[in-house]
Amino acid sequence: MSHHIVEVRDLCFSYPDGVEALKGVSFRILHGESVALVGANGAGKSTLLLHLNGYLTPTRGEVRIGDVPLTRATAVAARRAVGMVFQDPDDQLFMPTVFEDVAFGPLNAGLPPDEVERRVALALERVGMVHLKNRPPYKLSAGEKRAVAIATVLAMAPDILVMDEPSSHLDPRGRRRLIGLLKSFAHTKIIATHDLELVVEICSRVIVLAGGKVVAEGPTVEMLNDECLMLAHGLERPLSLSRVPR
Amino acid sequence: MGLGQWIEIGHMDELGRMESPVHRLDARSKALTTLVFIVVVMSFPRYEVSALMPLFLYPFAILSLGRIPPACIVRKILVAAPLALVIGMFNPYFDRQPVAAVCGYVISGGWLSFASIIIRFTLTVGAALALVACTGMDRLGAGLERLGLPRVFAVQLLFLYRYLFVIAAEGSRMTRSLELRSAGLQSLRLRVYGSLVGHLLLRSMDRADRVYRAMVARGFDGEIRVMRRTHFRWTDWMFMIGWTGFFIVARLWNLAELVGRWLTGGVS
Amino acid sequence: MHMADALISPAVGGALWMVTAGLIAYCARKVKQTMNDRLVPMMGVLGAFIFAAQMINFSIPGTGSSGHLGGGLILTILLGPHAAFLVIASVLTMQAFFFADGGLLALGCNIFNLGFFPAFIAYPFIYRAITRDEHGILRAWLAAIVAAVVGLQLGAFSVVLETKASGISELPFSTFVLLMLPIHLAIGIIEGLATAAVVLFVAHARPEAMFAAQIEANKSVTLAPVLIGLMVAALITGGAVSWFASTHPDGLEWSIAKVTGKEEVSGSEGDLHAKLAHLQEKTAFLPDYSFKVLESDAATETIPATTKRWPVVSAGTSLAGIVGGLMTLGLAGLIGFALKAR
Repeated sequence: MSHHIVEVRDLCFSYPDGVEALKGVSFRILHGESVALVGANGAGKSTLLLHLNGYLTPTRGEVRIGDVPLTRATAVAARRAVGMVFQDPDDQLFMPTVFEDVAFGPLNAGLPPDEVERRVALALERVGMVHLKNRPPYKLSAGEKRAVAIATVLAMAPDILVMDEPSSHLDPRGRRRLIGLLKSFAHTKIIATHDLELVVEICSRVIVLAGGKVVAEGPTVEMLNDECLMLAHGLERPLSLSRVPR
Repeated sequence: MGLGQWIEIGHMDELGRMESPVHRLDARSKALTTLVFIVVVMSFPRYEVSALMPLFLYPFAILSLGRIPPACIVRKILVAAPLALVIGMFNPYFDRQPVAAVCGYVISGGWLSFASIIIRFTLTVGAALALVACTGMDRLGAGLERLGLPRVFAVQLLFLYRYLFVIAAEGSRMTRSLELRSAGLQSLRLRVYGSLVGHLLLRSMDRADRVYRAMVARGFDGEIRVMRRTHFRWTDWMFMIGWTGFFIVARLWNLAELVGRWLTGGVS
Repeated sequence: MHMADALISPAVGGALWMVTAGLIAYCARKVKQTMNDRLVPMMGVLGAFIFAAQMINFSIPGTGSSGHLGGGLILTILLGPHAAFLVIASVLTMQAFFFADGGLLALGCNIFNLGFFPAFIAYPFIYRAITRDEHGILRAWLAAIVAAVVGLQLGAFSVVLETKASGISELPFSTFVLLMLPIHLAIGIIEGLATAAVVLFVAHARPEAMFAAQIEANKSVTLAPVLIGLMVAALITGGAVSWFASTHPDGLEWSIAKVTGKEEVSGSEGDLHAKLAHLQEKTAFLPDYSFKVLESDAATETIPATTKRWPVVSAGTSLAGIVGGLMTLGLAGLIGFALKAR
């Protein structure tokens, strides 16, 4: 077991239309760590996340998952190790029923039917949504959709959870539940979000992205308390931190 | 296509998810039986009216065993009816040859075949709607695939169905915001229309890209794998064989006329 | 322009089902061969888009009315013929399932009429011939309108042929053609306008989107396998249908008689009649009902006129038919009600 599990080195990426989204991003994430990726809209967060499971191929630099560099050949294995929860659960839940949706990943991994059933049951239990097994995903509430989307990823037994705006569209109760759920996971977590209160509760470290580069990196409380840094990047110092002694 | 029809789809979807003896049957047995039913109904000679009546038993039985409110099906049949009515209406006009007389009234072939068209329409449409209402789209799609529908097309049906509501919601949000700014204008100028629908199209394509991302993230490699835990039970065989037998009997003998003769005291 | 189940015969419906099934299988294979996984969600979502786009109306220039997108042509422009045909087929299937638009027996006809012509005729031979892959504004308008009109005219003509071949509607061929083609000329122009408006917008707003989905379309369309398959299907079905039509008034009826054996059918019928006749002597509850007069009326007036026509219905039979029909309808309803009460 390596001590760092995700390593990004000098990552550059340009879209086909010439827009340079990432300009040399580097960071390391250790095993079991929870890291927040923050930054203004268009800072390159989503583009960065899409590199972590090999969906996008960098124009320069590399991503290493465990000790393996991410290439076309290793992408399949990487996608099993890196579970990705996307921003809009409607994009993630595309099968006719919750069961089939959660079973989608394990089936693609070629697992036998019994094992698939077991994984699905386990994943749904983990997020507390077993009762929704036979429901169609579009009939669920926003919070339920989010929980099921997480279950679809858990069913693949990933080492790393990558999430894009996990708390968007949730009401306060749904958000509270989500935070409880995320806290209970032992996985390595990478969370891209604007919800800094959520960052305070879950993440130990923050990486600030701006203009396709890492502009700051450090422990959560220290970073989020830096009012100048926060304002410069379209963020706000979380209120809850005012209770934390500096 | 109006908003009402979306509500109707949602309604059918709900019906398809209920629990009843008919819902529990395998989708394949229901689909095949309904197909046989439609072919039998359409195989009757063009002037046939009375012999079609016993066949109403099939949709009636399915709807009531499936606990489907008949009003909902009747409404749909009425909505779809104008087409058959319009084409059928020409029959009495072009075919005036008398073919029967009842109580002194002479009935022309055209009216008889018109009546026959309407009855067939009601039967076939009713049976098809009953099938969907008692099966649900996803089970039906899976069943059709087991019956030999190409996988690519079965998956297409499932994805289309899955994203109907999502894209429709996007479309109606866009039109609503436009209506709020256009002082209740009902239809759009072509240029505005082009940009509105074009935007909706671009959004839909973006959506498809995001869905694809989510699929790839979970190991999608071009093949949709599903676990089907359905099996053809003896009740399915009973259902299929029983009804098919009834359809054949009803096709070979005019049951209604037999009943009629018996009731009227036998004139032939 | 959706055909309804009630207007087509099983022979025509079945033949077109087979043709359509063949086309779907062919297109499914073609789409799989492109190895473009992206098409899977793209096709599904664009099918949903067509549904949603049909809710939005635009006012037709110079008239007071409004129209909306049909979808066949724009799908083909975006996805290429093979994938587009599958999407059109799925949209029509969904409409048949949920709105009873068309119906199941007529589904083959509808998919063929509304899918084949835009995807495999209008797009490759007209749209692409006019645009020549350039995105000139005038060319785009012209190409979309001409292609949409031709596609719909062919589809409408095909509706007429299928309906005539079924022999259920009495509408004369020429009247039907004169009814359908002008209506579909108008629908085609509307479709072309809507298609061009949307295509031009997308080509302007995000040109790469036009190519993103078009990977399949950029390859030249080889129509030979489709045409050969269709010719074979047309020959077989055409031959079969015309032979049925000439020798037997109703193909399926004839084949049922053939399968069961005519003698046996009438024999058992007679047997059943005898038994029922015996039964009804005791139980008939309308014994006094008099049709004697009626029957003679019918015999003198109507029967001679219809001797050559197919169902020679005697008055007695038609009355029995009506009474029996109503009774069985009621009975079916009662059984349904009883099943519900369980």
